[in-house]
Amino acid sequence: MSAGGGGSPASGSQQVGAGGGGRQPQPALEWKFSQVFGERAAGEEVQEVDIISAIEFDKSGEHLATGDRGGRVVLFERTDSREQRARRELERADSVGPRHPEYRYSTEFQSHEPEFDYLKSLEIEEKINKIRWCQTANGARLLLSTNDKTIKLWKVAEKKLKNVSNLNLDPSVRLGNGSSVSSSPVLGPRGFTPRLSMNGGAVPRPPLLGSDFDFPPGGIPSLHLPLVVWSNETALVARCRRVYANAHAYHINSVSNNSDCETFISADDLRVNLWNLEVSDQSFNIVDIKPVNMEDLTEVITSAEFHPTHCNVLAYSSSKGSIRLIDMRQSALCDRHSKLFEESEPPGTRSFFTEIIASISDIKFARGGRYILSRDYMTLKLWDINMEAAPVATYRVHEYLRPKLCDLYENDSIFDKFECCLSGDGERVATGSYSNVFRVFGAMPGSEEATLEASKTPNRRLVPPPSRPGSRLANLARGRLGGSESPGTEMNGGAYDFTSKLLHLAWHPMSNVIACAASNSLYMYYA
Amino acid sequence: MAMVEEPLYPIAILIDELKNDDIQLRLNSIRRLPTIARALGEERTRKELIPFLSENNDDDDEVLLAMADELGGFIPYVGGVEHAHVLLPPLETLCTVEETVVREKAVESLCSIGAQMKERDVVDWFIPLVKRLGAGEWFTARVSACGLFHIAYPSAPELLRAELRSVYNQLCHDDMPMVRRSAASNLGKFAATVEPLYLKSDIMTFFRDLTQDDQDSVRLLAVEGCATLGKLLEPADCVAQVLPVIVGFSQDKSWRVRYMVANQLYELCEAVGPEPTRTELVPAYGRLLRDNEAEVRIAAAGKVTKFCSIVSPQVASQYILPCVKELSTDSSQHVRAALASVIMGMAPVLGKEATIDQLLPIFLALLKDEFPDVRLNIISKLDQVNQVIGIDLLSQSLLPAIVELAEDRHWRVRLAIIEYIPLLASQLGVDFFDDKLGALCMQWLGDQVYSIREAAANNLKRLAEEFGPEWALQHIVPQVLEMITNPHYLYRMTVLVAISLLAPVVGSEATCQTMLPVVINAAKDRVPNIKFNVAKMLQSMIPIVDSTVVEQTIRPCLVELHEDPDVDVRFFAGQALQACDQVMCA
Repeated sequence: MSAGGGGSPASGSQQVGAGGGGRQPQPALEWKFSQVFGERAAGEEVQEVDIISAIEFDKSGEHLATGDRGGRVVLFERTDSREQRARRELERADSVGPRHPEYRYSTEFQSHEPEFDYLKSLEIEEKINKIRWCQTANGARLLLSTNDKTIKLWKVAEKKLKNVSNLNLDPSVRLGNGSSVSSSPVLGPRGFTPRLSMNGGAVPRPPLLGSDFDFPPGGIPSLHLPLVVWSNETALVARCRRVYANAHAYHINSVSNNSDCETFISADDLRVNLWNLEVSDQSFNIVDIKPVNMEDLTEVITSAEFHPTHCNVLAYSSSKGSIRLIDMRQSALCDRHSKLFEESEPPGTRSFFTEIIASISDIKFARGGRYILSRDYMTLKLWDINMEAAPVATYRVHEYLRPKLCDLYENDSIFDKFECCLSGDGERVATGSYSNVFRVFGAMPGSEEATLEASKTPNRRLVPPPSRPGSRLANLARGRLGGSESPGTEMNGGAYDFTSKLLHLAWHPMSNVIACAASNSLYMYYA
Repeated sequence: MAMVEEPLYPIAILIDELKNDDIQLRLNSIRRLPTIARALGEERTRKELIPFLSENNDDDDEVLLAMADELGGFIPYVGGVEHAHVLLPPLETLCTVEETVVREKAVESLCSIGAQMKERDVVDWFIPLVKRLGAGEWFTARVSACGLFHIAYPSAPELLRAELRSVYNQLCHDDMPMVRRSAASNLGKFAATVEPLYLKSDIMTFFRDLTQDDQDSVRLLAVEGCATLGKLLEPADCVAQVLPVIVGFSQDKSWRVRYMVANQLYELCEAVGPEPTRTELVPAYGRLLRDNEAEVRIAAAGKVTKFCSIVSPQVASQYILPCVKELSTDSSQHVRAALASVIMGMAPVLGKEATIDQLLPIFLALLKDEFPDVRLNIISKLDQVNQVIGIDLLSQSLLPAIVELAEDRHWRVRLAIIEYIPLLASQLGVDFFDDKLGALCMQWLGDQVYSIREAAANNLKRLAEEFGPEWALQHIVPQVLEMITNPHYLYRMTVLVAISLLAPVVGSEATCQTMLPVVINAAKDRVPNIKFNVAKMLQSMIPIVDSTVVEQTIRPCLVELHEDPDVDVRFFAGQALQACDQVMCA
C-alpha cells in the first residue's frame, strides 16, 4: 500500500473543516453482489457498441436506464411491485434480513444513430453521453438522452394490445382476394378497387360523399363502429417526442433538468444552453466561455448540473479544476459566476500533470443542494456551497497512481472521465477506478470506505474489508490476503488493468444500491 | 359480414379507418368525425360513437389532438345543447394526456362546450368534471383543471362556488410547478367571473401567494396577471393591492421577472390610474430603463413611446427623457436598436419644441450609431418626426447615414436601406432626392448581390410611382438603359428586369419609344439567358403596348428568337408568340 491509497480507512480520506455539524460517522456497509446484466463469458470479446456509457436511476429508484456506445438505451425496472414488497418484506424480516431492490430488464430502444455532418465532414457518434429522467406523467416515463450533438426526449409507455374486429367492410375482401371470400353479392370487387390501391401505396382516395348527400335523420342503421377488444397484454413502446438539435458546436457532455420541470440545460465544451422541454427549435445560450481567439483557450466545461431545488442555480465544472455556481436571475448571459469553488494548490507541487489531473470529470449536487461532490483524476471532493476556498472533504481515490502519471499520460488514461455519485441521504460517496473497481467512502470524517470489484465477488480484490475504524480485523484481513496476492504490488499499479475502467456508476436515490458499468456488463450491489 | 350498400362505402371506410394501423388514415377519419356522426345519427352518436371515442384514447398525439379539436364543435351532432354533456367524458380523458398541445386543445373544446351548456347541466356534469380533474392523481389533470374554472364558476350555486375557490386555492399551492404555472396563467380569467367580495379576499390571496412562489417561472406568469386583475379591481383596491406587488416585481431578483414587468408596465398604468402612475410606476419604469440587465432595458426601451403616451408630456420629458438620453449611448447595441425603433414615436407625444430641444440630439446621435440596425430603425420611422418638426433639421445628418448604410458591406443592411428609399424620397422631396440619392439608386443596380439588384429594380419602380412618369423618364430611364452595355450578362439582365418593372408605370408610348428598342436590341445578345429573358419580357409587354407595335416590332423579333439554336430561347419565344396570337384574336 503506497501513499495511503486506502489501506486503513482513516488514511483514505483526508478531512478538512467541519461539514458534518456534529453528525456521527456512519457505520460501514457490507456490500454484496446483487445482480448482473450482460455478463461476459470468459474469453468473450466485448463488442465496442455494447460498452455502457451512461447510467441513471430515476427519482423514485423504480427504474434504471443505461445507454451504450451503440446509441441504445436499455431500461430496467424493479421486479417487486410495491404491494408485493410490503408483504414479502414482512415474511423475510426474520430470516434473510432487509430486502434490497432487484431489477429486471424492461425494454430497450435505439435512441441515436450514427450520423455524418456534411458541412464539417465530421462523423457524429451514436454513443449516449448522458441520460436524465424527467418528471413522470400519466405513468409514462420520460427521459432525455444525448450523444455528442443531439438531445432527444423519449417517452416510454405501456400500450395495451388491441384487436379490431367487426368492420363494416371485410378486410380480407378489401385486401384483394375478394372473389374467393366475398360472401355478399353487393360486395363485388369493383367496389374495393380503391382499397386495393391503398395497399399499393399511391392512393387515389375513395370518392368522398358529395355535399348533397342526404343523411337520414335517424342515421344509417347498416353502418356500425368497429369492435375493439383490449387484450390484457401490454407492450412497452418508446417514442421519440422531441429532438433538440443544432445548438452545440462542440461535444455535449451533460444534460440536466431544472426543478421547474419545464426547462433543462445542455453543456458542451464551451457553452451551456437552456432549453424548454416543449420547444425543440430554440435554446438560449446562458454560458459562453469561448474566447474571441481560440488560441487563448485555457479551459473547457466538463460537466454541468442544475441545483435540485433552486430553479435559478446551476453549477458547472471546468478542466482547470474549478466549479462555478451561477445564478440565472442575475443576467441573461451568465458570464459572471456568483461563486467559484477552487482549491489553491500547495506551493511547490506543480508539475506538468498538475493541470491535467485537476480537471473535473463530474459534479453532483448533494443533500438538497447544500453540497457539491466533484471528481477529478486523483480525488473526490465534497464542497460546501458556503465555502469556496477549499473542499470540506477530499477522498483520495487514485493516490497510488501518482508515480505512474507519465505512463498514464502516454496511454491517454489520464484523460479518463470517471463519474461520481452519492447515496440518497448524502452520507456516502462513490466513484470508479481501474481494474473494474469502484470505491465507496463515508462522507463524514472518520467514516470508512470500501473498494469493490465489479464482479460477482466484489470483495475478492478488496484489501481492507469494511470494518470499524482502527479495527484489528482490517490488519488481519490484509495480512491474510497478503499471503496469496500481495496488496502492495497491486496498489502500486502492477496488477492494475488500465483498459478495464469503471467510469459510470449510479446510486439508488433511496436504498443502498449501486449500479455500475464494467465494460458491457451492468453490475448491481447492495448493502 | 355486414351488408353495406354501395353509396355508403366511403362512410363505411371512414368508420373502419378509425382503427386503421396507418396513422394518416386514422387522422383522416377523425378529421371527418362530423360526417361519421351524421351517418350514425344523433342517438347512435351519443350511445355508440362518443363512448367508442372515450375508450379509444390510446392513440398517437396527432390523432388525439385532432379528436380534441373535433369534439369541441360536436354539439350539433349529438342532438343539441341538452345532450352536450355526453361530450365531456372523452374530453376529460384527453385533458390528462402528457402532450401539452392535446391537453390545451381539450381544455379549449371543453370551455366552448361548457359555455353553451345549460346552467343545470353545468352544475350536474361540468363542475364535477372540474373537481375530478382538480384532484387528479397526475399533474396533467390538475394543469388542465385550472383552465376550466372560469366556465364552471358563474353557473355554480353559492356552496359549490366556495368549493371551487378552495380547489383553486389548492391548485395554486400544488407541489408540481406546472400546476402552479397553470393556476397563475389562468387566474385572470377565473378572477373575471368571481364576485367582487371574493375577488378582494380569496383571489387576491391566491395572487399574492403566486407572486411569492419560489419558482421564477410561476412568478413570471403572476406578473402577466397583474394588469388583468388590476383592471377588475376598483382603482383604490388596485392601488392598495396590486400596485405594491408590481413595484416589488420591478425590483425582483430575477431579471426575467423584471423583463416581464417592463413589457407589461404600461398596461398596469392604465389599471392603476394617472396619479399612482406618476408617483409609483414612473419611478419604477425609470429603474427598469436603467436596469443592469440588457434584456430588461431592451424590453423597457421598446415600450418608451407607449409609456410616454399614457403619462403627461411634462412627466415624460421630466422623468423619461433623461433615461432615454442615457439609453441612446447604452453599451448594448440591442438596447439602442430597440430604442431607435420606437423613439421617433415620441416626437408627436412631446410636441415640436421638446422634440427639437431634447429628442433631436438623440436622433442625431443614433443616426451616427456604429451598429447599422440602430440607424435603420431611426430611418424607418422618419415620417413620424417629419410630421412634427419637418425633415429639414434632420436632413443634413440623414444623408451621411444613408450613404453609409447604402455602402455597408453586409448585403442585408443594404437591402434594408433600399426598402426605405421610397419612404425617404417621399419625406425628403424630389429635389433633395435628385441631388443626393439618385446616384445611389443606380449604383445598387450594379451591386454584386442579386437580391440587392432585384430590390434596386423594384425600388426604381416604386420611385417612379412616387414621383410620376415624367420624372422617371427624365431621371431614371436614360441611366438604366445606358447600363445595357455592361459587359457582364447578369448586369444586363438586371436592366431587363428594371425595364419590365418600369414599363407599366411610364406608360405605353414612352415604353415603345425609349425602352422597346433597347429590348429588341438585347435579343441579339450573345448570351442565351438574356435572349430568353427578352422573350419573356416581350410577352409581358404585349398587353401594355399598341397592337401595331406588337405586329411590327415585337412579333418579328420573337419569330427570330424562335429560330434560335438554344432550346430555352425557342421555348420562351414560342410561348410569347402564342400570347401574341391570343391578343390578336381578341
